[in-house]
Amino acid sequence: MTELMENYNGFLVPAISFIQGYYAYLFLLALFTIGLYAMMMKRNLMKKIMGMSFIQSATIMFWIVAAYKEDATVTVYHQPLGLENPDLYLNPLPHTLMLTAIVVAVVTLGLSFALIVAIYRRYQTLDEPLLLERMQ
Amino acid sequence: MHWLIEFTLFTVMIVAALVALGLRNLLAAVVTLNIFSFMVASTMVSLGAIDVAFTEAVVGAGAVGVFNIVAILLTSRKSLD
Repeated sequence: MTELMENYNGFLVPAISFIQGYYAYLFLLALFTIGLYAMMMKRNLMKKIMGMSFIQSATIMFWIVAAYKEDATVTVYHQPLGLENPDLYLNPLPHTLMLTAIVVAVVTLGLSFALIVAIYRRYQTLDEPLLLERMQ
Repeated sequence: MHWLIEFTLFTVMIVAALVALGLRNLLAAVVTLNIFSFMVASTMVSLGAIDVAFTEAVVGAGAVGVFNIVAILLTSRKSLD
């Protein structure tokens, strides 16, 4: 019985510490999957665009989570901390890259809305099977 | 990174994403999408990326919401699924 409990703990303790350390990645994986599902399975084109924005948010958040350090502060100079030890500040490079990615995400959303408005003016629908039928 | 705050924010984020995909009224879906975007910005503040957070808040809750509403008003407001 004690042997069984030890085996159980030997499995459970690493699992709990894994979830505590990496739960943000698990949530972001779920969010990416939801976005992929929406882009592939939903019929309405607006819902497909929402799925695309979920995927973009999940990718951006992945970089931000990967740039996080324990016991580090934001990337603004603070007099008592000084500049000698860079471990006291977060890494600003992924943040800067994702700032650019957010702007590009807005541009892709605007372009897809323009395309959707053009499609609706020509075919009077946004439903994908109906749209394919009317395009024949 | 405070464990409980982060966990709550991520949970609300996932629930808002699922609700936005489930709603058939597209204007209600856009409001839920704004909630999602604000939760993303709050999580970024909690992770220490304040510059990305306020860009995401301005863009996600402001510009994308306006884009969405204009696109919906120019097309159809109902969705079949």
